[in-house]
Formats: sequence, structure tokens, C-alpha cells
Amino acid sequence: MRIINRRPTRTVAFLLMLIPFVLALVAYSYGSAARRAENPADKLLPAPMQIVSTAVSLVTEPDRRSGEILFWIDTRSSLWRLGLGLGIAAALGLGFGLLTGLIPFANAGLAPFVAVLSMIPPLAILPILFIVFGLGELSKVALIVIGTAPFLIRDLAQRVAEIPQELIIKAQTLGASSGVIALRVALPQIMPRLIGALRLALGPAWLFLIAAEAIAAESGLGYRIFLVRRYLAMDVILSYVIWITLLAFLADLALKLLARRLYPWAGAATG
Amino acid sequence: MSYVTVRNVFVSYGPRPILERVNLDIAQGEFVSIVGASGCGKSTFLRLLLAQERPTRGEIRIAGAPPAVEPDRARGIVFQQYSVFPHMTCRDNIVAAEAFGGTRFGAFFGAARASARQRATTVLERIGLGHVADAYPSALSGGMRQRLAIAQALAGKPRIMLLDEPFGALDPGTKLSMHAFLLGLRRETGMTVFMVTHDLEEAFKLGDRVLVFDKPRWDPDFPEAYGATITYDFDARNGGVPYQTIKEDTHVLEPEPEPVAPPA
Repeated sequence: MRIINRRPTRTVAFLLMLIPFVLALVAYSYGSAARRAENPADKLLPAPMQIVSTAVSLVTEPDRRSGEILFWIDTRSSLWRLGLGLGIAAALGLGFGLLTGLIPFANAGLAPFVAVLSMIPPLAILPILFIVFGLGELSKVALIVIGTAPFLIRDLAQRVAEIPQELIIKAQTLGASSGVIALRVALPQIMPRLIGALRLALGPAWLFLIAAEAIAAESGLGYRIFLVRRYLAMDVILSYVIWITLLAFLADLALKLLARRLYPWAGAATG
Repeated sequence: MSYVTVRNVFVSYGPRPILERVNLDIAQGEFVSIVGASGCGKSTFLRLLLAQERPTRGEIRIAGAPPAVEPDRARGIVFQQYSVFPHMTCRDNIVAAEAFGGTRFGAFFGAARASARQRATTVLERIGLGHVADAYPSALSGGMRQRLAIAQALAGKPRIMLLDEPFGALDPGTKLSMHAFLLGLRRETGMTVFMVTHDLEEAFKLGDRVLVFDKPRWDPDFPEAYGATITYDFDARNGGVPYQTIKEDTHVLEPEPEPVAPPA
């Protein structure tokens, strides 16, 4: 039987899924043990148990100076920036996507501009953002918006243009105005696409967030990682990295479940 | 009396003629089947009736109204697919037929919404879709979906109904029940119908008239030199058998017909 036609059972699939995770963990433990055998004070690869105990103290022990648990403060400010940035980018994506996807005049005027705009490397203009918006929240949120909005606009405009012409014509024969077509035909049909596009944009959004926080911030997950880097506190960095990975994974999962819940028709949507 | 008047319509895409010299008078309540080989312009003609495209020359009037420049509520359309809104339940699809043109935001609220939903439920029950009122179209069979599409188009109260190969994707049994469904609706409403189809049997069974689109002139060295027009106009009220009238006049050049005054 050809290998492309052989399928694992559920149990085998589950075990196969575990293997790379276990291998990575084993490889790390082995490397860490080897380094510490040579130098018990090694900081580069802390023992897994040490990371766990550091993580526990990070999430439970308040900062001595401020009396607050920095881990949760960092998490809150990072998620706030990420959510706000992606929210604004999503709103821009929807608005301009509908505009350029539905209205030929808007498309002629805006599409090439957005295409050029999306080619600007967002990190290259980060200094400009810091100068223009200052070092506060605005510049970090602006970086996320600038980094993800052009992609969202172009993707959603494409999705609007892909809506079968038949549906647009049908709506017109039912007397729908351009506004009603945008609101009742195009918008609901691209909402599941928006969630899909947001899932893809999450990766770049985290990248821009951490880059901005690394350069100038007073709190935030990226800020903390780059702060403790000076002390070679690998246990703290790794705890934060694992936490960020988990957050990104959960955000992706939440968006996936949300789309399935809100738009059950989008699975096999043929009209 | 002519309800749909087609006068001297020409269509060309760039230098390529598609339709030439199409003239037609359709009375209110007539069921017109349109057949022809692929690429003979019958779909183009339907798009003209729909006002999705405009003729290069000539004009089409419905009930004497000025020629339309874009699809409007005078026209109901059912396509072979993508004819209902996939993001709405069956009931909401029917409600949309009223709400899209009748309200500012395309939706009813409050008491108006409740009564529109009630009316939609009645419509769905009459067409045998009452049990799937809350289902999305993707859960329906092809025949049910087309029934919904026809009911939705009808709920918009159009002057003419345009069907673009509506049963082309259905299996033979479903097709037969859809014929009965359509004939029943037609008896009830007396609607004026244009139906493009590839199925000759269907064309003669359902239609009062069967129009054949073809190229009257043919240059073997340059097949695209001439456009198509209506070459046959069968009276199909009795299965089409004894009433054929062959339109010889399309083969010869003649002075353009006098414009007919639109009915008052």
C-alpha cells in the first residue's frame, strides 16, 4: 500500500503528535544536564525544574518595589496593545476592504496605494513612530496597526471581490442599495474571512509588539524579556517565551472556535 | 399588447458582434423559453433583460418603463447556482426579499421583523420548505435550494422573472418535480417568465414560446464575423408541434422596423 494512502488511527496520531514535543524536552534536558555537569553555575540552559520554580515565583510573588506581580502587569499591557492594534487594523481592513472590493472607483483610487504601502517594512519606520507618537502606548499600537492593516485590507478586498457576482446581482434585483449590499450581503460574508485573516496576522502582530516593547516600554512581555537579558536570566526569558507561545496558541484557538460558532454556514458555503 | 418590448437590439464586445437585430414582443404572462447552442448569445440576451449589461444599440422596455441601466426590482432572477444568500437561513432569505428594497438598512426591526418572519414562514410552508426554515442553504439539496431561490425572487414581486438554466444542475427526477412546482407557481401568479435552458424538452414543456438563438449568417473563414439573433420563434402552447412559424425574414436585409409606441 502506498504511504500516501495509509492513515494513523486516533491513538497512533496522538502518540505521533507527542513525539516531537517529548524529543525537544529530552534534548533540552540532556543539553542542560551536560552543561551543568561541567559548570554547576551555568546560566544558559537552566534545568527544567528551575524554570518551573522560576515560573511559579514569577506568577505568584509580588515585586518588592511596587508590590504588584509584574508578570500579570506585563501580560495585561501586552495583550491590551495587541488587542487594540489588531482591533483597529481589523476595523480598517473591513472598511477599506469593503470600499475597494465593492466600489470600482474606490478600487481604482486606493488599491495601488495600499499595495505600495504594504511593501514598507513596518520595523523600518518604527523610529519615525517613536518620534511622531512618542514612547507611550500610541507608538506601539501604531506599529501593530501599520504592520497588519495593509495585509488585512488587501486580503479582505480580495475576499469581497470573490463574492459570486450572482449574489450581488440578486441583491440588486431585490432592490438593495449599495449600502444595503455592503451591510447585508458583503459584510456578513467576509466576517469569517476576517477572523481567518486575523489568525494569520497574529504572528506578525506579536513580532511587532515585542520589537516595539524591546526598544521602549515600561512594562510588557517583550520589555521584560529584553530587560532580564542583561542578567542572563534564561529561566525568566524561557518562562516568558513559553507564556507568549501559549497566549498566541490560545488566541488562535479562540478565533477559530469563534468563527465556527458565529458563522456555522461558512463551512461548506455554496449558494 | 406588448409587455416586454425588444427593439432592434445589437450587442458587440469591442469589434466582435454578439447579437444582431433582435426584435421581440412578449405579452404579459407569457412563458418564454430561450434555447440555442453555447456561445449563441442567449445568456447575453438574458443579461440584457436583467439590465446587467446594456445593448450597444437598441432598447428593451418592460411595461413601457424607460430602459433600465442596472438591475432593479422589476426583474427577478434565479441563476443555476449562487442564487440564495449562503449566510442567511431559509427564512431570512425570504425576509431579505422584502427587507433589502423596503428598508433603509436592509433589515426589519421589532414588530415589522416579527410579521415579516411570519410571512416568510407562510411562504416556506407553501413551497414545502417549512421544516428547514432555520437551516442554512448549504444544508439543502439542490432542488430545495432552487425552490427557495425561486420563492425568494418571487417575494420581491418582480414584473418579469428571469431563469438562467435554473434546473441545469439537478438530477432528472428532481427536475420533473421542479417543473411541476414552477408550473404551479405560474398558474397562481400569472408571472411573465424568460427561461434560458439547454434542455429542449424542458423548453417546450414549460414555455408558451420557444425562441432559438443562432447565427443567421455564417462565414466559414471568419466565424466571429456575424452575431446571433432569434432565428426561430415556436409557438409551444401545444407541445410546439402544429404551430411552428419559421422566421425567414431574419435572413434578408430589410429596412429597420418602425419603432412601436410604448403601451400607455
